[in-house]
Amino acid sequence: MQLSFLKEGSSQVIHKKKKKGMKSNRVADRVKGLKGSGIREFFDIAQQTEGAISLGVGEPDFVTPWSIREACIFSLEKGYTSYTSNWGLLELREMISDKVYTDDSVYYDPEGEILITTGVSEAFDLAVRAIANPGDEVIIHEPSYVSYKPCTLFTGGSPVCVDTGVEDEFKLRAEKLEQKITDKTKAIILSYPNNPTGAALSIKDLEEIADVVTEHDLLVISDEVYGKLTYDGKHTCFSSLNGMKDRTILLNGFSKAYAMTGWRLGYAAGNKDIIEAMMKIHQYIMLCAPITAQMAAMEALRTNDEMEQMVSEYNRRRRLMVEGLREIGLSCFEPKGAFYTFPSIENTGLTSEEFAKRLLLEEKVVVIPGSVFGASGEGFIRCSYAVSQYEIKEALKRMGRFLEGHRVV
Amino acid sequence: MNEKVNEKQKKDEILRILEENARLSDNEIAKMVDMDEDEVKSIISELENSGIIRKYKALINHDKTGIETVHAVIDVKVNPERNTGYDSIAERISRFPEVKSVRLISGEYDLSVLIEGKTMHKVAYFVAEKIAPLEGVRNTVTHFLLKTYKENGEMYEEEEKGERLAVTL
Repeated sequence: MQLSFLKEGSSQVIHKKKKKGMKSNRVADRVKGLKGSGIREFFDIAQQTEGAISLGVGEPDFVTPWSIREACIFSLEKGYTSYTSNWGLLELREMISDKVYTDDSVYYDPEGEILITTGVSEAFDLAVRAIANPGDEVIIHEPSYVSYKPCTLFTGGSPVCVDTGVEDEFKLRAEKLEQKITDKTKAIILSYPNNPTGAALSIKDLEEIADVVTEHDLLVISDEVYGKLTYDGKHTCFSSLNGMKDRTILLNGFSKAYAMTGWRLGYAAGNKDIIEAMMKIHQYIMLCAPITAQMAAMEALRTNDEMEQMVSEYNRRRRLMVEGLREIGLSCFEPKGAFYTFPSIENTGLTSEEFAKRLLLEEKVVVIPGSVFGASGEGFIRCSYAVSQYEIKEALKRMGRFLEGHRVV
Repeated sequence: MNEKVNEKQKKDEILRILEENARLSDNEIAKMVDMDEDEVKSIISELENSGIIRKYKALINHDKTGIETVHAVIDVKVNPERNTGYDSIAERISRFPEVKSVRLISGEYDLSVLIEGKTMHKVAYFVAEKIAPLEGVRNTVTHFLLKTYKENGEMYEEEEKGERLAVTL
């Protein structure tokens, strides 16, 4: 997502008396309720600062592998420019079904249990709209990606946040989750490997959550778009756990693993009735995902040599950055997935927003204040290592210099 | 056994890193592979001593240096010798400093030889005077190189890359 996000406390929809003919009433209240904040200005400056090194990126620095681009060009030459089935190309759904079965040992029927979407963003929106009634509570762990809360609000549902902390390595703990469950709780959102923290859950962590889910008869929306970018052991798909397939809407896509962010292609897999409900919304708002992206995605699934190389390169950069951050005096939890580090900046005495603003102004390095991802992100900054090794080293040098001037003794 | 596999993996990983960028410090490599700097140092010197790492060199796009150099690929057909086969003739050719690489290939010709020289004339003469008359050489074909697009895995013309946004959440 670019530049738009919610701030803590902005979630209430503001109801004002309607004044006829006034310009201020042209925008619907529920959208007005989404407030930006001063930080938006900071992001604008960040975009425009010449010579800045950005660790604020949320996408791979690799261009989509050539074989994928080439396959897409070929499909255009062949004239594949039409709509596809609302569900997406059957051949692609079959390939996804095979891939998920091979990698994660959970089988989805390509006819009825898989829906191709325009990115995971759309898939998430569909998922929450398909299951949440007004008043239903949806539990979201924080810090996490910025669109879960607003999308939940659009449905009339209530997002309920549960904080995760560095003492738990930013894992969602079953006990903490259970404390937030009420009789209105409909679903929980699981977003691991996590943006912004880089945290990942072990099988044991997941099983504990699964027990809570079963006990309270909940649904799970599991956003696993960073699943292929896991560095310490293998990612476990939540729906592969015993009894979880029927309760889970698995979301995944091609953006992160195949460096295909701009193609906007994702998918949802889950229970037939829920996927069918999602498809109903999808057919009216999107009709289908772009065929060019679908053709490219099939090639991505056919060849994954380059993906493995990308993952090992991220892993090198991850270590380089984590060690580097520690060397310049920031305590940094070891991220296990995605391509973010989430160091603490508490010892500077600055808020994460102040830290980011001053760092940009004084040393021209862009980082994202942790507070953007929820209140529990305060005191941390998100630094992406989806940048070159050179940029990592240079950014660390500049940050080290910055910290010399700001360290609280 | 497991330790051996692990050590082999680390060695391979270090080689991959160096093949991409030989100018990284031992310290940087150590961070990347999660090892002590001393361990990395000793693995690298072992790789150097055993001849796996032959040399550290820069990859130069000569078209951009302004210094005229001419390259030619010479296909060479030879008579293999009793006992030594192609090795002795390949070695003879390899010893000339003008020769940058020598490879045994399948197909109509036997050796593929890359020659570097200051002018086309010099390269042509070198082939005519030094390679063609060698005993055992039956035939040569000279291909002058006109332009290099990619060398050792690196594109010479920078690929135009769409610009990423500085901030995406």
